[in-house]
Amino acid sequence: MGPHGEERRELKLEIRNGRVIDPRHGIDRVATLYVAAGRVAALGAAPSGWSANRTIDATGLVVCPGLIDLSARLREPGFEYKATLESEMRAAVAGGVTSLACPPDTDPPLDEPGLVEMLKYRARSLDQAHVYPIGALTLGLQGAELTEMGELTEAGCVAFSQAEAPLTDTGVLLRAMQYAATFGHRVWLRPQDPYLAKGGIAHDGEVATRLGLAAIPPAAETIALATIFALVRLTGVHVHLCRISTAEGVAMVRAAKAGGLPVTCDVAIHHLHLCDVDIGWFDAQCRLIPPLRGTRDRAALRAGLCDGTIDLVCSDHTPVDDDAKQLPFGEAEPGATGLELLLPLALKWAAKDKVPLPEALARITSRPAEVLRSPAGHLGVGAPADVCLFDAGVLWRVEPAALASQGKNTPFLGLEVPGKVRMTIVGGHVVHEESTCWE
Amino acid sequence: MRNPQLSADGELTHLLTLEGLPAEVIVRILDTAVPFTSIAERDVKKVPLLRGRSVFNLFFENSTRTRTTFEIAAKRLSADVINLNIGFSSTSKGETLLDTVDNLVAMNADMFVVRHSQSGAPHLIAAHLNRTGRSHVHVVNAGDGRHQHPTQGLLDLFTIRHYKKGFRALTVAVVGDVMHSRVARSLIHGLTTLGTPEVRAIGPKTLLPTDLQALGVQVHHDMRAGLAGCDVVVMLRLQNERMKGALLPSVGEYFKHYGLTPEKLALAKPDAIVMHPGPMNRGVEIDSAVADGDRSVILPQVTFGIAVRMAVMSILAGN
Repeated sequence: MGPHGEERRELKLEIRNGRVIDPRHGIDRVATLYVAAGRVAALGAAPSGWSANRTIDATGLVVCPGLIDLSARLREPGFEYKATLESEMRAAVAGGVTSLACPPDTDPPLDEPGLVEMLKYRARSLDQAHVYPIGALTLGLQGAELTEMGELTEAGCVAFSQAEAPLTDTGVLLRAMQYAATFGHRVWLRPQDPYLAKGGIAHDGEVATRLGLAAIPPAAETIALATIFALVRLTGVHVHLCRISTAEGVAMVRAAKAGGLPVTCDVAIHHLHLCDVDIGWFDAQCRLIPPLRGTRDRAALRAGLCDGTIDLVCSDHTPVDDDAKQLPFGEAEPGATGLELLLPLALKWAAKDKVPLPEALARITSRPAEVLRSPAGHLGVGAPADVCLFDAGVLWRVEPAALASQGKNTPFLGLEVPGKVRMTIVGGHVVHEESTCWE
Repeated sequence: MRNPQLSADGELTHLLTLEGLPAEVIVRILDTAVPFTSIAERDVKKVPLLRGRSVFNLFFENSTRTRTTFEIAAKRLSADVINLNIGFSSTSKGETLLDTVDNLVAMNADMFVVRHSQSGAPHLIAAHLNRTGRSHVHVVNAGDGRHQHPTQGLLDLFTIRHYKKGFRALTVAVVGDVMHSRVARSLIHGLTTLGTPEVRAIGPKTLLPTDLQALGVQVHHDMRAGLAGCDVVVMLRLQNERMKGALLPSVGEYFKHYGLTPEKLALAKPDAIVMHPGPMNRGVEIDSAVADGDRSVILPQVTFGIAVRMAVMSILAGN
């Protein structure tokens, strides 16, 4: 349990000599960051009359806004045997994530204000990352009746989504988007035609054919995108497209943005690095939603993230218990743990595709902040002091013991990844620090 | 990731798939099966190669025929056979698949013959045994989902070699529901590995999977064109539940386009053989005149199947 608000406001931190990267303000220089009253007080020169409670030597480290992850399943309520708020909030700050959005596919789904308030309350009491619940778009995610979006917004929901639940009735989708547009609510949708995806567990291609896995064709995504774009034109609602997975889908989003549609788009971190071939001999760690697609799709996703068609990357953190992965591929529960891999895998992408570090960090800080309409995601004076300090040069091995998340399920187990978070600060309060590095 | 069926030095530890199985391993199995075909003709149809060993038939999906052929094969090798019909899903009874396996290993099983409705289930078991230092317990895939049915593929190869004396000058057509067929996937990999120059898949687009060409086959939708000049015609079973609906309009229309009749068979080579993994649907994928005709080797396939399964078990057991 961290200190309470009053104490926090008195805390003054001086983070010295780090490489401060603030993508929104185009800052990338070695400087000292001053934090007071839970906010950024100054960068470079100390405010007048400054005296710090704590000085942190950040020499050799990157100092950037805390990461913002637009999809992290905390598994509460309903799935506490897979993970708990405690374990996953620890994982978040261990991964440098200071704000996260959680999808409504809990049990029960986040479709009424009481559930959202409870989640917000539980998260606040842990005093770690900020939690932004995504409300259910329809009651029980059943795709039939609208939720009380106004009440849910007051309770703390920042957008509305069906998560992975199908919305088969396009009429309901239209009404939901019209209603959301009326009040300025945002709608997050993962584009997938439920009929084409039915029963599918792998990308429709050579790998699924060889392994005899029921397939989901890319058209499942493109048909849904076409529907969504048509309804966005009709309603004017802002739609955030979640977990795009195909080359054709990326091209459609690019065209839609060029045509001025109010849409934003994300990709899951796994899909930047993996493709269907990585399933190998039925590796259930590679059972993901959407399915890992072909090499051509992966290349298009990387290029789309680079050119801005895809605004940001998220972890799509989904902790799954070991038993649920120790099953035949088709019976294994989909998903991978990701909060602690978001930064390393973003760095890995940036290094390979020669994307400058500030550009890469924008995709996990300032850009998701814009989609969330969060005041964080930058280090301007007065910004919430949500800060991540990491060592970009370190390689570490992904192993169960190295992960704070209760979910140890990741296709990257055993692999080395770059970038280790050394300290995470939320609201000016140190919520995570690696004990060894400050001695 | 290495295929869990081969040990680090290339020895067959489990039989999970014909994909990636080296040609010499396949040939060794086929060669080993040859003398076993004569055992069935003896008064005492038994050899003591697996005496004292326990073979568990672990069937998560019902199949009387396949289970019986494995049972006969194991008994002719003098093994003790335990049949377990666990129903269609490992999860339905609350115990996980690997817990079931661990329990049976604790009963000193030497070999599992596994059928499962999920593609890859035998791989999961084999990888689990390898990982836990128990690779002396062998797994034979007796059909996993749509993926593989390697002993069926091997008996098909055995039958083709028996009648055609080799693979390097053959044209083989596989006709019907390739999409859902583990038999087709096994046979295609076996044929291409052994150097068959032309393997064709014939069927409507609804029953052929995406990128099938990547497996090294030519795709045909017109059965007449596809059968022209073939040495071997392998008919696939059409499952009852796929006979009408969104995949096919009717049995009648399917038979008209893809049923093997004497008239269509006449387009293949005069000495072409006709195969079918069984059980047959007469009048759906095959005409009785063909099934019972002099070109049909469907019953010899069944006989060879036992010899091939004996060969697989015998090799896995270290003989």
